[in-house]
Amino acid sequence: MVRSFFGFIGRRGFEFTGVFEDFFKEISGLYNLTRATLYCTFIEPLRGKPIKWRPVWTQMEEVGVKSTTIVFLVSFLIGVILAFQSAHQLSRLGALEFVGALVGVAILRELGPLMTALVMAGRVGAAFTAEMGTMKVSDEILALEIMALNPVKFLITPRFIALLIMLPCLTIMADLMGILGGFLIGTTTLGIDPVTYINNSLDAMVIKDVVTGLVKSAVFAVIIVMVGSYMAFIIEGGAEMVGQNTRTAVVVSMILVIIADLVFTSLFFFVT
Amino acid sequence: MIRVNNLKKSFGEGDKRIIVLEDFNSHMERGQITSIIGGSGSGKSTVLKHLIGAYRPDSGEIWIDGEEVTQLRGAAINNVRKKFGIMFQSGALFNSLTVEDNVALPMREHTNLNESTILIMVKMKLEMVGLRGAEHLKPAQLSGGMVKRIALARAIALDPKIVFYDEPSAGLDPISIGVIDKLIIDLSKKMGITSVVVTHEIPSAMRISDKIIMLFKGKIIAEGTPDEIRNSDDPRVTQFIEGSPDGPIPFSKSLTDYGEELKEMSRV
Repeated sequence: MVRSFFGFIGRRGFEFTGVFEDFFKEISGLYNLTRATLYCTFIEPLRGKPIKWRPVWTQMEEVGVKSTTIVFLVSFLIGVILAFQSAHQLSRLGALEFVGALVGVAILRELGPLMTALVMAGRVGAAFTAEMGTMKVSDEILALEIMALNPVKFLITPRFIALLIMLPCLTIMADLMGILGGFLIGTTTLGIDPVTYINNSLDAMVIKDVVTGLVKSAVFAVIIVMVGSYMAFIIEGGAEMVGQNTRTAVVVSMILVIIADLVFTSLFFFVT
Repeated sequence: MIRVNNLKKSFGEGDKRIIVLEDFNSHMERGQITSIIGGSGSGKSTVLKHLIGAYRPDSGEIWIDGEEVTQLRGAAINNVRKKFGIMFQSGALFNSLTVEDNVALPMREHTNLNESTILIMVKMKLEMVGLRGAEHLKPAQLSGGMVKRIALARAIALDPKIVFYDEPSAGLDPISIGVIDKLIIDLSKKMGITSVVVTHEIPSAMRISDKIIMLFKGKIIAEGTPDEIRNSDDPRVTQFIEGSPDGPIPFSKSLTDYGEELKEMSRV
């Protein structure tokens, strides 16, 4: 009886260890791939193997320029919604003219970087996993290795650089569009005087808000690229696994983006 | 050129452990065509994956051009890999690149040639495989035989000493098979390339090979010139080259008795 009880505990313990083992295996895999990518992107060019810029331009167009529409639309509407939502509460306090300040700060500090990153995780992270995963399944990545070309340098580095540059750029544009959305609603539907709206907004927003937003978006870029690429590189098998891992990549990168957002927000909250 | 000593490989752990390769010994000489034949699951693709360094053996040695390669990593293995080209079964061309960029890729990455020289060399390689004029097509627009020929052009882009062919004629029409066979012979006889062909197309292997190695369940059961293989009195070899359904090599891969299994199912 006692023995079987401990046997049970032992077995469950063993199962749990298995789960933890898998978890840490994934974490260390992701870490190693990130390290290899950072090495290929920043260290190798210094050792006389310059980065080829053509694929970087292609990727920048793919992840940046072609994402502008959806990012603009989402952030503009977020600005509009935020203005409406806050107007109701603020007018009860008789502080309707502070809608601009609230929308501005919320967009700059939080919603601009976060919404852009989430949209991009869905749009770009999924595309990375699906594209590289298909390459993995059809032996193209093996072919690269056999041709003595580093798949990390060849496939991940251009995407890494492209998103690291384009995500902060998109974030700035999203910030502007969100503030514009709030401004339009504030001055038309809510009837706030445009000059008061702008003055109140500018009083509330400081340059630090923009900078912290950009720091966050750079971190989000690293998360989206690395999760997307890692999920592609571990694919074994066929089309089914590509679909599965694409889904996992989007879910995991969204979760990690939110967690990183929390970490950095609390960091900025306590440190500065 | 290539010497393989006592190569062993197994997959899985514990009682699910399957030995896929046992004591594989071979010597592939310079400028010669060696074919590895065998049914599916005989371990011939595993041999190839060891030769190109995609798998690490459990034990054994592989010498390529005077260098033991099984323990190499990083830059050292890449230096060996630059000496050989490989034509994959699926072609494994990069779908996002044009034919021209596919063939030019190894040259752009591994040489300091300028762009116009590279384009001339790409044209030469494409002419060798008879597909000059297909430069600006994407792999998706090509037929199966053309994909394999482009893959061959890419494999020989850096003028390698060794070319590995993984099922070069699988799924092709007879004329395309003939074309690929002729290309393999031309490359090894005119340019002195050592060729290793993994195939189960017996007529094609008989036509092109200087030496044939036949594998069965991870072991070499016959080795020799095409004539020696043809005149072999091992029933497994004759069954394989004649393609007869009855013989010592069973058709069914199942390990359990059919009748017992049906009885078991009706009992439930």
